[in-house]
Amino acid sequence: MSLAIRLRHQYPSMQMDVAFEVLAPGVTVLFGPSGAGKSTTIAVVAGLLRPHECRIVLDGQVLADTAADVWLPPERRRIGVVFQDARLFPHMSVATNLRFGMRRAAPGSVRFDEVVELLGIDALLTRRPHTLSGGERQRVAIGRALLAQPNLLLMDEPLVGLDAPRKAEILPYLTRLKTALQLPILYVTHSLDEVVQLGDSMVLIEAGHVVGSGTVPEIAARTDLPLAQRDDAGALLLCRVAEHHAGRQLTLLEAGGAPFWVPLLDIPIAGECRIRIPAREVILASKAPDAISVHNVVAGTVRRIAEEPGRRSVLVEIALPKGALLSRVTPDAIARLALSSGSPVLALIKSTSIEVLGS
Amino acid sequence: MVLSAEEWEAVRLTLEVAARAVSFGLPVAVLTAWLLTRYRFLGRPLLSALIHLPLVLPPVVTGWLLLIIFGIRGPVGSMLYDWFGIRLVFTTAGASLACAVMSFPVMVRAVRLSLETADLGLEQAARTLGAGWLDRLFSITLPLASPGILMAGIVGYATCLGEFGAVITFAANIPGQTQTLPLAIYAALQVPGGESKAAELSLVSLTLALVGLLLSDWIGKRLNTILGR
Repeated sequence: MSLAIRLRHQYPSMQMDVAFEVLAPGVTVLFGPSGAGKSTTIAVVAGLLRPHECRIVLDGQVLADTAADVWLPPERRRIGVVFQDARLFPHMSVATNLRFGMRRAAPGSVRFDEVVELLGIDALLTRRPHTLSGGERQRVAIGRALLAQPNLLLMDEPLVGLDAPRKAEILPYLTRLKTALQLPILYVTHSLDEVVQLGDSMVLIEAGHVVGSGTVPEIAARTDLPLAQRDDAGALLLCRVAEHHAGRQLTLLEAGGAPFWVPLLDIPIAGECRIRIPAREVILASKAPDAISVHNVVAGTVRRIAEEPGRRSVLVEIALPKGALLSRVTPDAIARLALSSGSPVLALIKSTSIEVLGS
Repeated sequence: MVLSAEEWEAVRLTLEVAARAVSFGLPVAVLTAWLLTRYRFLGRPLLSALIHLPLVLPPVVTGWLLLIIFGIRGPVGSMLYDWFGIRLVFTTAGASLACAVMSFPVMVRAVRLSLETADLGLEQAARTLGAGWLDRLFSITLPLASPGILMAGIVGYATCLGEFGAVITFAANIPGQTQTLPLAIYAALQVPGGESKAAELSLVSLTLALVGLLLSDWIGKRLNTILGR
């Protein structure tokens, strides 16, 4: 699947000029602060907002091209949308809501029973939308969009109005959905949690412009992009379970071409997961210390040392064989270790500082 | 209180005239309200003003205008008479037409109010799920506006029950054909010693209004429960 978007829109206070391509299947996250133009982009792709200029091509089909005066209305785009506020039809039961799009679409590969099972909404089918909790409502809305047999699913901050437990309740469903249905998803959020858990690739938007795009691990480790300038900056690595050490209560993961020990996991050997290593938890050393509790001493090369405006610290990007780590240290530490771009360095990471994010 | 056959006739006729007026007027009112709330078109303010005219004109003038347009020699009336043999003036159908025109602005206003407060986000959601405009109108817009439409019907019906000026001008005061309750009460008051008859009919009028209002309240509550409000 491929989606190419180019749009220009003039708001009274902001000029939007966004262009990006989504090549791979999976979840592409549209990330940026409020008012950056994320929701506008979603609305344009869905066909709900007509910008001054745009061209949208989905799998070779031109959905919109203002230059050629092509504008397919939303009802003919076959693009599913999950809105922030669910927007379930209040006069219909959950089951009727779910079937709304299905009845209006040609039969496709998404089956009713499968979606109901996948989202765990079996017990809700006869209920009315106003009796559902926020999390339940959002799950029904996702099911409703999927059953319309879309070629692309747009999700506009689907978890924004929910509290932490509700979010934690929905995220696993989204992860399952992603792997069970081979459907490309364009996901808008400004929450880093959702990015690291769900995102495969991401597009960073700020003030109406794309400032960076690539895979999530790539973007997260780029010190020149806003993601690394946050307090909670850190590296994201996709990993494979190499071995379990039941006696030592440890699991060995393979990520970015390096080994990482973490407390024992409940994932089978060769299973996949993601880990996040916060930059402030990574200690740098020029030679390996002995007699130390740290399990992980990872060798790498300094790729870049970035000043952090407004902070008395610097961010060090450490290249691994495949991937990168981030470490936030003081300028004094850099001076003492005499680090510069290209120097070999050891990254010391406590096994308990590594956040393991589901499979 | 015992009503004479003639008085029963007036009651029955009133209910029939109002029912016919609402059943023809309400669908048109819904369509008009929908056009006025959802679309910006040339002549929209003029259409809105024309619809509201009966609300501000003396009813006698509305009745007289109807005579001019729908009379046997009027532009519409002559066509109806020549082509279909339909005569509206001085008939029950004519009384219904006068009532429909008088209650039309009231009904349009009530429907508009509910359409204007409707959540457009739901219609957007329906669009992304593949529903075209007619589909959306019948599956989303109208069901969600149903409490407002019901209110419009009931207020319109009540307006019809009390309509006097336009009916007497356009359809005249013919017992059994166009003499609705208000006209019968008026006629009774014209006859010496007709006060008790007028009082009886007024009591009937009052009862009808009360039952209508209570019924609308009850149905409105039921509908809102169904819609989850």
